[in-house]
Amino acid sequence: MRQDHLISATQLSRADIEAVLNRAAEIDADPAAWHGRHSGSILGLCFFEPSTRTRMSFDTAMKRLGGRTIDMGAVESSSVKKGETLADTMRVLEGYADALVLRHPSEGAATMAAEFVDVPLVNAGDGAGQHPTQTLLDLYTIRENAGLDDITVGIMGDLKYGRTVHSLSAALTNFDVRQHFISPESLQIPRSVRYDLHESGAQVREHTHLDDVLAELDVLYVTRIQRERFPDENEYRKVAGEYRIDAADLERAKDSLTVLHPLPRVDEIAPEVDDTDAANYFEQAHNGVPIRMALLDGMLDADTEAGR
Amino acid sequence: MTDADQELRVSKIRNGTVIDHLAAGQALNVLALLGIDGSGGEGVSVGMNVPSDTLATKDIVKVEDRELSQSEVDVLAVISPEATINIIREYDVIEKQRIDRPESVDGVLSCPNRNCITTGDEPIRTRFAVLEEGLRCHYCGEIIRESEITAHLTVT
Ligand SMILES: [Zn+2]
Repeated sequence: MRQDHLISATQLSRADIEAVLNRAAEIDADPAAWHGRHSGSILGLCFFEPSTRTRMSFDTAMKRLGGRTIDMGAVESSSVKKGETLADTMRVLEGYADALVLRHPSEGAATMAAEFVDVPLVNAGDGAGQHPTQTLLDLYTIRENAGLDDITVGIMGDLKYGRTVHSLSAALTNFDVRQHFISPESLQIPRSVRYDLHESGAQVREHTHLDDVLAELDVLYVTRIQRERFPDENEYRKVAGEYRIDAADLERAKDSLTVLHPLPRVDEIAPEVDDTDAANYFEQAHNGVPIRMALLDGMLDADTEAGR
Repeated sequence: MTDADQELRVSKIRNGTVIDHLAAGQALNVLALLGIDGSGGEGVSVGMNVPSDTLATKDIVKVEDRELSQSEVDVLAVISPEATINIIREYDVIEKQRIDRPESVDGVLSCPNRNCITTGDEPIRTRFAVLEEGLRCHYCGEIIRESEITAHLTVT
């Protein structure tokens, strides 16, 4: 497999992460300097699952670099609907683009696709697996607001199926970060994620109540608990209501708390939080563009240097 | 128990494979691993809870006219690391197959994660990395504990 695919946050070293974050900071400082840098390059967007912001931010990032994008469109109207395998689809599309972005509902889809293509491939989400580019923009936002060393991060919500959580927790093990996981018992981090965290020697604590750790946190990363994870509406409402944050909660937190969310949110962050200094989730979303520009720039450069 | 008693229970085979020193209780799992349910007409002898010099009791499986694939040996190495494999021709052991704990197991097992890409129609075999106490799907990362492995044998 090529080394320059980005499939999982577990493959990223501290140096890898810092290289992308530093480049994103340079882009943020002087965006105009990067325009036209990859004119003539084409990025293939392969989304087998609906996505608005991830798809659009890759699209914008590539265009800001001067490149163009092609999009396979909705699955309903494509050959996938006719039963084509993912392996075949990707082998065809790699002939059309200089790099590919893949989102797919099955875990392991990107790992498999990478075995079939010879252009750089970015995993933009594989089921409940990984979402490493979201993690890079999460880390960038954390670094800007709280720094990435000697901090305490709380990750709350659906930790079982939340791919952004799986990627973020893995990447945070590269830094001096104390991680606290806050979720209902039925949505705790899965065995495989716990295994990786354990292997990396990370400090990990699990809680069922935010109040157990809220006062210690420098960063609170909130994720959505989805209705379909629960057998009935009442159960869902009861559980989801316990994993939300509002202005009253902020009173009990550090003044410097940074609240993040991969978005879209439903009601797990009360709108009143938006007007506080803790609210950094819209800034976080905007960071998706410079981060993806930085990532694509690095990938396409490496690809050119390799003489491809 | 005398040797003669044991011979009655687990008779010699002419050509095939003897899988010996299986941990007690693994014989049926080995049959499942080999896809043997009797319907194929294979000659199979199974000894269960047989007294053993090295293990308190052991299981033994003898299969006629059949040798094990590398993938089958790999799974065997994980579920019963003490097992030995002898290839028999004309009643003699012509080869003792070493069984080493493999780095990965390809095929043979299915991923327990129903949402794993390997459960679809993609042109790939399953692949599991061998951990200290279990296996891990190369594709989705799902972990199978050692005690759960036999539940995930691909039915052939
Ligand atoms: Zn799997």
